[in-house]
Amino acid sequence: MSAVFVWIETFNGKAISSSWEALGAAKELAAAWSVPVTALVFGEHASALASEAAAYGADKVIVCEDATLAGFRLEPYAALVSKLVQEHAPKAVLAIGTARARELLAAAAADTNAGLLTEVSSLEAQPDGALKAVRPVYSGKVLSEAVGTAGAVQFVALRGRAFKAQQPDAAAQAEVVSVPPVLAEADIATKIERFEEEVGTVNLTDAAIIVSGGRAMANNPADAPAGVADAAVWKAQDGFQNTLQPLADTLGAAIGASRAAVDAGYIPYAHQVGQTGKTVAPDLYIACGISGAIQHQAGMRTSKVIVAINKDAEAPIFKLARYGLVGDLYKIVPALTAELKKRLGK
Amino acid sequence: MHVVVFTRSTPDTTAKVEVSAAGAVTWGDAATVVNPWDEYALEEAIVQAKNAGGKTTVISIGAEMHNESLKHSLAMGLDEAVRVWDGALENSDSLAYATAAAAAVQKVGAVDLVIFGKESVDVGTDQHIYQTARKLGWTMLSYVSKILAVDYAAKTIKVERLLEEGKQIVTSQLPAVISVMKDINEPRYPSFIGIRKASKAVIPVWSLADLGVALPAAQTRVARFMNLPPREGKVEMIEGSPEEMAVKLVDRLLEEKVL
Ligand SMILES: Cc1cc2nc3c(=O)[nH]c(=O)nc-3n(C[C@H](O)[C@H](O)[C@H](O)COP(=O)(O)OP(=O)(O)OC[C@H]3O[C@@H](n4cnc5c(N)ncnc54)[C@H](O)[C@@H]3O)c2cc1C
Ligand SMILES: Nc1ncnc2c1ncn2[C@@H]1O[C@H](COP(=O)(O)O)[C@@H](O)[C@H]1O
Repeated sequence: MSAVFVWIETFNGKAISSSWEALGAAKELAAAWSVPVTALVFGEHASALASEAAAYGADKVIVCEDATLAGFRLEPYAALVSKLVQEHAPKAVLAIGTARARELLAAAAADTNAGLLTEVSSLEAQPDGALKAVRPVYSGKVLSEAVGTAGAVQFVALRGRAFKAQQPDAAAQAEVVSVPPVLAEADIATKIERFEEEVGTVNLTDAAIIVSGGRAMANNPADAPAGVADAAVWKAQDGFQNTLQPLADTLGAAIGASRAAVDAGYIPYAHQVGQTGKTVAPDLYIACGISGAIQHQAGMRTSKVIVAINKDAEAPIFKLARYGLVGDLYKIVPALTAELKKRLGK
Repeated sequence: MHVVVFTRSTPDTTAKVEVSAAGAVTWGDAATVVNPWDEYALEEAIVQAKNAGGKTTVISIGAEMHNESLKHSLAMGLDEAVRVWDGALENSDSLAYATAAAAAVQKVGAVDLVIFGKESVDVGTDQHIYQTARKLGWTMLSYVSKILAVDYAAKTIKVERLLEEGKQIVTSQLPAVISVMKDINEPRYPSFIGIRKASKAVIPVWSLADLGVALPAAQTRVARFMNLPPREGKVEMIEGSPEEMAVKLVDRLLEEKVL
C-alpha cells in the first residue's frame, strides 16, 4: 500500500521542530487518501527519534542510522531518498522547505523524474490523487496555484509556519524499519572538513515573534565613545543590543533587520528579512525604524499582526501594519519593553 | 577550462506585479533586470576563469525577455552568451529546465565548474540548481560564500558554505555545480565599452534539437495565478506619549492573543 512520506530533518541529533508541521500536513493528506504516513529519519540518534515521530503521528518510521549520514550531505541523503521512493512509490514526499530540505527534495525529484512543488503555503489532496498547492511567487507579490500529477510521486516542500503539527501523543506507536545507507563513505565525494557553529544563531523562519530594526537604528541618542571608527555603526549596534534585544528577550522574539541595516554593517546578514533575505511569517512582527520598501515587505508581508514604529507618518510600512506608532523608536521601544515586563509579569 | 554560469531576467524588484484580468502575470512598464542573486554568480565566473586562464559562458533558458540578463552579463565581461529556447519548454516544469540546462552544459564541453545564483527572486526557489546538478550527475555545493581552493588538474574544490547554523568548510570533486551567496564577492558594474559591445552582440539560441535532448513529461503545471487577498482592516494609529502608546499597544496585542 502506498503511503505519504515525510522527511524529518535533524541537526546535531535532534529533530528540527518544524518537521512536525510537515508531519501534520502529511497526516491530513494521508487521511484524505486513506493511506499511512511514513516518516524518514536519518543520521545520528535516528532510532531514538523514531518514537518522537510516532508521537507526532507517523504510522511507520524508516530509520537509517549510519556514520555517513551524520551531518547532512546531499549525496548520501538524496541517494537514500531516491532509492526509498523507487522502492515504495509513495503518493507524496513532504518536508518543511528549509535549505537542506529544498535541496534534498529537488535532487530526489530529479533522480526519479517526479514533480516538485516548492514554497507551498496551502495544500489540498484531490480525490484523483493529484495535489493542488498554493505558493507565493514574484517574492510574494502574487500567488500561483499549481497541480501535481495523479498516480505519480509528488514532492512537496512546505513553507514553515503554514501548517500545524499534531498534539504529540506519547503513547502512540509506529512500526520502525531500519534500512542500510545506499552510498558508502568511499562513494561520497563531499567531505565536511569542519563546521564553525555560530553562537546565538538566528532562527528567524521559526520565530513566533520578530522584532526588526532598520537604518534608523543609527539614530541612537547615546553618544559613541571617543575613538570608535564609525559612530553610526557603533550607535546602531548599541541600539540593536541595548534597545531592541531587551524587547526581543521580553517577548521571546528573534531579531530581524532591513537590508539597509545589514548593508551598513549594523547587524549580520543572517538577520535580513526581505526579498534577498529571509521570508518570515511570525504571529507578530514589530518593525522599528523600517520604511517598508517593497523588497522588505516581500519577506514579512504574511506576518499575522504587524506593528510599525516610525517617526514618519507617511512611511509605506503603515499601509501594511495593523498598528502604527508614530514617533522615535528610541523612546517608544524602551516604554514598550517596560510595559510588557509589567504586564507579562517578568 | 570553462566556467558556465546560469542567469535569468526578472522584473525589477520595485515593480508592482499583478495578475491581469486575462490571468497573466504583468508588471506594467517596469524594467526587466538580471536576477539580483545572479550578479554574484556572474562576477565569480569571471574571477574563477581568470584565475585559471579559462573561458566563461553564460546561459539563460527562456523566451526573449531573458536576453536582458545575457546582455548585462556580456557587458560585465563574460565571454560568450547563449539563450536556450524551444516551444516545448513553454509551460514546462523544473525537470524540463534542468534537463535542458544539463544538456547545454554538455554542449559547451570541457566544463569543470557551473555557477548559479542563490535563487531567483521571481518564480523559483533554487530547485533549478539542484536538479541541473543531478541531471549532470555532478557534485552539488550550495550556499558557497568563499571558494578556498580549486585544482583543475587534481579535480578538487574546497569551499566555505554559509548555513543557517554557521560556516561549513567542505572539500569535493570537480566537475561541480555551485550556488553562491552575496558574501562571495562585490559584483562589478558593466563598463561603457562592455555595454557598447553587448548592445551589438547577437545572442545565439540553442533549440532542443541543437542540444539533442528530449524533455521528460511535465509533472506539475500552473493552473492559475491569483492576486493576493486584500489585507483585512486598516491600520489603527496608536497615539499619546510613548508610555501611553505602550499601554494601548499591549492591550491590543493581548486581545489579539499574539503574546
Ligand atoms: C535587488 C534589491 C533587493 C533588496 N532586498 C531587500 C531585502 O531583502 N530586505 C530589505 O529590507 N530591503 C531590501 N532592499 C532594499 C530596500 O529597497 C530598502 O532600501 C531597504 O529596505 C530600506 O531599509 P530601511 O527601511 O531600514 O531604511 P530606510 O528606507 O532609510 O528607512 C528608515 C526609516 O526609519 C525611520 N526613522 C528614522 N529615524 C527614526 C527614529 N529615530 N525612530 C523611528 N523611525 C525612524 C524613517 O522615517 C524611515 O522610514 C533591496 C533592494 C534591492 C534593489
Ligand atoms: N530560466 C533560467 N535560465 C537560466 N538560469 C536560470 C533560470 N532560472 C533560474 N536560473 C538560475 O538558477 C538559479 C536559481 O533559480 P530558481 O531555481 O528559479 O530559484 C538562479 O539564480 C539562476 O542562476
